[in-house]
Amino acid sequence: MASLNVLVAVSLAYVFLLFCVAFAAERAGVQGRAGWLLRSPLVYTLSLSIYCTAWTFYGAVGYAARSGLEYVTIYLGPSLVIVGWWWILRRLVRIGRSYKVTSIADLISSRYGKSNGLAIVVTVMAVIGVTPYIALQLQSVTASLSIFIAAQHGSLAESGDAHAAGLWISVGLALFTVLFGTRNLNVNERQHGVVIAVAVEAVVKLIALLAVGVFVVWGIAGGVSETLARIDASSLGTWQMNGSRWAALTFVSAAAFLCLPRMFQVMIVENDDERYLQIASWAFPLYLMLMSLFVVPIAVIGLDLLPAGSNPDFFVLSLPLSQGQEGLAMLSFLGGFSSATSMVIVATLALSTMVSNHVVMPIFLYLRQGGATQSGDVRNVVILSRRLSVLAIIGFGYIYYRASGGSGALAAIGLISFAGVAQFLPAMLGGIFWRGATRAGAFVGLGVGFSVWVFTMLLPSFGPGAALSVDTFANGLFGLGWLRPQALFGIPGLDPTVHAIFWSLLLNGVSFVLVSLMTFPQPLERLQGAQFVNVFDHSGQTRGWQASVAESEDLMIMAQRILGAREAQRLFQAEAQRQGRGDYLPEPTADFLQRLERELASSVGGATAHAMISQIVGGSAVSVQDLLAVADESAQMLEYSSQLEAKSRELSQTAAKLRHANAKLMQLSDQKDAFLSQISHELRTPMTSIRAFSEILRDTDGLGPLEKTKYANIIHVEAIRLTRLLDDLLDLSVLENGQVTLNQQSGSLVDVLDQAVATAEASEARSIAIKRRRLEETVTLHTDLDRLSQVFINLITNAQKYCGSDTPELQIVVQRAGDSILVDFIDNGSGIPVASREVMFEKFSRIGAEDAAGAGLGLAICREIMTRLGGNVNYLDGTGGTAFRVTVPGRQALAAQ
Amino acid sequence: MGKHVLLVEDELNIIEAIRFLLSREGWDVDTHSNGTDAAEVIRDRKPDLVVLDVMLPGKSGFDILEELRGDAQTADLPVLMLTARGQSRDREMAEKAGVSRFMTKPFSNTEVLTAVRDLLYVHGQRT
Repeated sequence: MASLNVLVAVSLAYVFLLFCVAFAAERAGVQGRAGWLLRSPLVYTLSLSIYCTAWTFYGAVGYAARSGLEYVTIYLGPSLVIVGWWWILRRLVRIGRSYKVTSIADLISSRYGKSNGLAIVVTVMAVIGVTPYIALQLQSVTASLSIFIAAQHGSLAESGDAHAAGLWISVGLALFTVLFGTRNLNVNERQHGVVIAVAVEAVVKLIALLAVGVFVVWGIAGGVSETLARIDASSLGTWQMNGSRWAALTFVSAAAFLCLPRMFQVMIVENDDERYLQIASWAFPLYLMLMSLFVVPIAVIGLDLLPAGSNPDFFVLSLPLSQGQEGLAMLSFLGGFSSATSMVIVATLALSTMVSNHVVMPIFLYLRQGGATQSGDVRNVVILSRRLSVLAIIGFGYIYYRASGGSGALAAIGLISFAGVAQFLPAMLGGIFWRGATRAGAFVGLGVGFSVWVFTMLLPSFGPGAALSVDTFANGLFGLGWLRPQALFGIPGLDPTVHAIFWSLLLNGVSFVLVSLMTFPQPLERLQGAQFVNVFDHSGQTRGWQASVAESEDLMIMAQRILGAREAQRLFQAEAQRQGRGDYLPEPTADFLQRLERELASSVGGATAHAMISQIVGGSAVSVQDLLAVADESAQMLEYSSQLEAKSRELSQTAAKLRHANAKLMQLSDQKDAFLSQISHELRTPMTSIRAFSEILRDTDGLGPLEKTKYANIIHVEAIRLTRLLDDLLDLSVLENGQVTLNQQSGSLVDVLDQAVATAEASEARSIAIKRRRLEETVTLHTDLDRLSQVFINLITNAQKYCGSDTPELQIVVQRAGDSILVDFIDNGSGIPVASREVMFEKFSRIGAEDAAGAGLGLAICREIMTRLGGNVNYLDGTGGTAFRVTVPGRQALAAQ
Repeated sequence: MGKHVLLVEDELNIIEAIRFLLSREGWDVDTHSNGTDAAEVIRDRKPDLVVLDVMLPGKSGFDILEELRGDAQTADLPVLMLTARGQSRDREMAEKAGVSRFMTKPFSNTEVLTAVRDLLYVHGQRT
């Protein structure tokens, strides 16, 4: 019988071997050798097998012994994900590689606007969710050790020994993790030592389990058919399937496969090539199948052979031992040991990265207000904080293990942990598939899901009366019946596990979606959201940092402190070469800054890297180009908004047209009112005189003949004025409506002017000396001569009436201008003020008040007539007096009309 | 009676007619034909009654009326307003400006005389 010492020796030798392998791999990686092995899909697939922890190695058999085939769900979930949902994985891997994501906390925080608050929440949740799991690994190793001791001494080891063993194992694991897991600051650079060690351990645990299985089937049972017969005979053979439990467990293990920090580490962060996923998609399920192949036979034979009361969780170990197969038992022990250690190493690595990047570093940077350029070598701080985090996390695990006293079945603890990390699922998947997901939604969803998980699963797991009082179990929190931890909302009858998974994820998802719908994302969130969701279209999208050259040096200093001097110089030099700047510092282009941010992100996480760059570069985190990029990314959105724009443009155009039309109508209405008012005035004024004097003549007795004559004369004059006014109005109306019929005839200008002058002189107006040069007037016209004469008469009488000179004089000048004939009427009066020169051609406009008889229609009529005749009448400036120019069109102009 | 009326009107024949009518009634008729300085002239000459045309050169009768009503000295002065525009809006504007009596041209002579008598009587009662 092998002694315990042999076992310890073998274990130490195994550990030494692992150290050597890890060391060799690390060396090979640095020297660039053995790339075919270090970067192969095989190693990638094997590293995925850290999914199979001691819980799976030992616990699956125990699970099968207790609950039959239900253990299959734990393998089914991940297989479904990697086979059927590889597109989720592919997207995650692409995002992880494009944005140098360091952990699941980094992914979620980056997606929701690089929110460090969110990263802290996820980190804390992950630590709380995973620490029991680490404790579980420690427990399984110490328990398996004590089974060996029991076999040797016939009694269980004293607990003190087990605890001591647990402590030493913890120390060893911490040492290994610190040595091989925190060598590189850049998490995205593969930790070759760790990965290879994990791969070796994956092989060891598979071989160990298969060996035990083969021994059980062929060594004990005596062949396949006998084994099947035994299975049939046992209670395990009966197919008992609880649908809701199966669904819930499959789902939660699928979710955990995506969300567990250690799985995220090996699957996303350490992924070298997306194509590995294709191979893993069949190789990993195959691995899981092999792992689960002999679970049922071992459970059945174990139940048969081992004394009642034996812990079925350790059948894998105790069965070979009971048969005296010590070598096999030792192999089996190494398998379990491998499962536990690989899980602890990777999980601790992942968690320590999260703790260090999202909790320690931000605090450190905050305390060193000066920022990354002024503090010391941040690189050492990061590594130190990561190492301390490793120690702290393994320390937590050990404390939890000691505190819990190794209680509870392995599988139960594992499930609690799974359900805890599964709370990340809505925020993560929502983040990479739904642009509408917001930070507030992620916060609330995570908070609600985690709270429900703690209340319905974590706290009750310590048993009634431990964390939650018996009263709470029976009557609910605060005595509220609907807050019973295993029957929320007063719905009893659900299996506690299903109950907790169902409610926590349902409330998580619902609150995440609702709050996301209710809140509006910040610009940076929108941008990140768009880039994550559309990662396949926009992996190379630039993010608009803007910096001046002066900041290059600061950036360089900062980069050196985080990436290390050599790496930073290499990066900056390469960029300078690319920009053609020789040995000088490169220009901090948006492109370069983005690359730098990603490099930094791979060391300290996205949120911190972003904060550091913005400390130096300053300025807004989101530029206009960024926002445009967001807009660009969604063609649908763009189209929609352009449609809206077009619609709104159309609407405003229509509105403008309507406003214009309305203004025009208002103007017309005002004009009409003014016109009617004017006409009323012009008609009523002479009528007033006529009425008043006719009444005076009628009613007044004793009027002298002189007065009678005078008053009758007034009536007569006013009646004539009224008539003339009506004539003018009618004339104007006819002209304006274009109903006038022109009486075209040929004649000489001299004759027309003679006639006009004669008519004007015959009127009662003041006489005026008229000067003409008849020779120039001998021009033949073809037009409506009567209308033209009317215009001339009007202009001459105006001069008679309004020329203010003491010796009034009117000059009539005729000249040719091309085809047209210009007739100017120039008097020696005082001229027309500039403001009135155009207005006076309007109806009812009068320059002075002196002319009581005129209605202000004369010039309006003149202009209308000349327009009809194809010519024009204008005020003529610069003559010293008042002057009008009549432009009469020549023959051709007329013919053309 | 020897009462003093100021006629603000720019149409010569209408001035002639009203002067004739009111003189025969024993009024002392004074005239002014420009709107611009009408209010000033009224304050200067202190008539017992003003007959005011609406469409005056330089300033509208409404503006003159408002100016008169805004001055304590002439706030209560009886004003008979004449307009040839004859639109209902004009009456509203005149009343708003504080007119004592409003008449549309052409008027009947007796109406004018009655209005003048009434205005003076009412004004006499008040003061």
